[in-house]
Amino acid sequence: MLEQMDLTMVNWARAQFALTAMYHWLFVPLTLGLSFLLAFYETLYVKTGNEEWKRITKFWMGLFAINFAIGVATGIILEFEFGTNWSNYSWMVGDIFGAPLAIEGIFAFFLEATFFAVMFFGWDRVSKKFHLFSTWMVAVGSNLSALWILVANGWMQHPVGMRFNPDAARFEMQDIGAVIFSPVAVSKFAHATSSGFLLASLFVITISSWYLLKGRHQEMAKKSILVAAVFGLFSSAFVGFTGDEAAYTNAQLQPMKLAAFEGLYDGAAPAGLVAMGVMNHSKQPGDGQDPFLFEVKVPGLLSLLANRTPGSFVPGINDLIYGNESHGVMGVQEKMARGKIAVAQLANYKAAKKAGDPVGAQAALTAFNANQDYLGFGYLNRPEEAAPPVPLVFYSFHIMVAVGTLLPLICLLFLYFTYKDTIDRQKWLLGLGLTSVFLAHLAEQAGWVVAEVGRQPWAIQNLLPVTVARSNLTTATVQTTFFMFLVLFTTLLIAEIGIMVKQINHGPEEN
Amino acid sequence: MPRLQKIIALYRDGFRHMVLGRTLWKIVIIKLIIMFGVLKLFFFPDFLQTNFANDQERADHVLDSITKPYLEQPRPTPATGAFVAGSSHF
Repeated sequence: MLEQMDLTMVNWARAQFALTAMYHWLFVPLTLGLSFLLAFYETLYVKTGNEEWKRITKFWMGLFAINFAIGVATGIILEFEFGTNWSNYSWMVGDIFGAPLAIEGIFAFFLEATFFAVMFFGWDRVSKKFHLFSTWMVAVGSNLSALWILVANGWMQHPVGMRFNPDAARFEMQDIGAVIFSPVAVSKFAHATSSGFLLASLFVITISSWYLLKGRHQEMAKKSILVAAVFGLFSSAFVGFTGDEAAYTNAQLQPMKLAAFEGLYDGAAPAGLVAMGVMNHSKQPGDGQDPFLFEVKVPGLLSLLANRTPGSFVPGINDLIYGNESHGVMGVQEKMARGKIAVAQLANYKAAKKAGDPVGAQAALTAFNANQDYLGFGYLNRPEEAAPPVPLVFYSFHIMVAVGTLLPLICLLFLYFTYKDTIDRQKWLLGLGLTSVFLAHLAEQAGWVVAEVGRQPWAIQNLLPVTVARSNLTTATVQTTFFMFLVLFTTLLIAEIGIMVKQINHGPEEN
Repeated sequence: MPRLQKIIALYRDGFRHMVLGRTLWKIVIIKLIIMFGVLKLFFFPDFLQTNFANDQERADHVLDSITKPYLEQPRPTPATGAFVAGSSHF
């Protein structure tokens, strides 16, 4: 398999971006979810006056601080990479991304400088209600801060509310409302944040399970589990709902990605959902081979999930690449032809402007505008390049769904036995609880592979492939920084785990 | 004024009495120094900012790099009906 890997600059740059984003995403969902759990624990303290809830809040706040401190600013490295490795892309989307990222930066600064300080330093110095308000503001603010980067990501998957300015070579924002409320951005934000809530709930369950197995801090562990399990259950219902919405949105706007989720090569009506399967790795689009060595399929379910209509047609990878006239699916070959016209007319426009030929420039612009929706296809060499690496997307999707289905069951069992007050006797469940945060991280990371590898070859859906989005750098340059990041992030991760383990060992008394 | 003093005292005493926070602040500061003082400075120059003097040059470079290398490919045919006569620059 290694000899088949294409180790060009663009793939190293992609690997570096994936490495950075995936490390960053180890810390972010925990911050998003734990901030709300802190707010819940403190609300219980303020409502009941029970000092145990305050002790619980302070203990989890310490772990929140560790995760926040290690994770903060790791996302900025993504912006470094934009400017260096992805300069064409960075220039072209600067007008779209500038506003959301600036809002995020300003928001985060004011939030951290004010409410974070009150939350950590303000115990017994401000009123209980103001302290609680600050904790809630940290929770709401952290999650809203995540909104903007997810809006930017959503725009890459479904570019709306903009026009391309051929003079500036930029996509320019026309309608910020369309960008923020794009169905992809909305479902992405809802799915990413709710999965963060679930992960944080399982983080609390994992550490509390460890305390219960060790027979330490049992009262705190049980109380923590009770709140976390309820939050985890509600969150997982929301994760399921928003996941369904995301799949529906994909079916409508990124059908190739949905087909890759399911390893669906030949479209069908009705289309079945592959519950599990082993893919045939030698399968290529259009070669007539069976895509699966083994599969278990639920008949008709994919039609329902993709289109909300039983028995409806779901296009497969072959339909999307080679076209399917009877179902009105345009093939990539035709899109490539239109895309090449767009690329050519863009060059014509520039040449005419330079030559002082306004008539020629206007003619070229008219032709470009008529074909600009297919611009990205003009950079492809073969229609088959429009498909993502199917096995990776298929397995990631199925791991995410399988693990994601197990997690609410863990929450439910913990809730039941904690409610019955027999949780400390369920050693098997506590053992499972110990693994649950790692399972949640696995599902989170698989989710990002699904979202980001599934949209390949596009940096901006249908408009800009990653091969054109990149800068003109040598492979060695990107390789060097890749390994530097690998070392930096691994060190940070070791530091986080080390400090956290120490803090957990100390327990709430040492906080 | 007393309110301002209270706010200052909140930050001052908060920082002064940190235990775990001291370690975390050290990590944050070291991380930021590595990121901005080493990585950004020596390994992650902004490609367009570094190599071009103004936005017009940057736009021209990007436009060239997303068109020129791709014009060697077979000439598009007017199959879509959107092809406009007069596109005779290549």
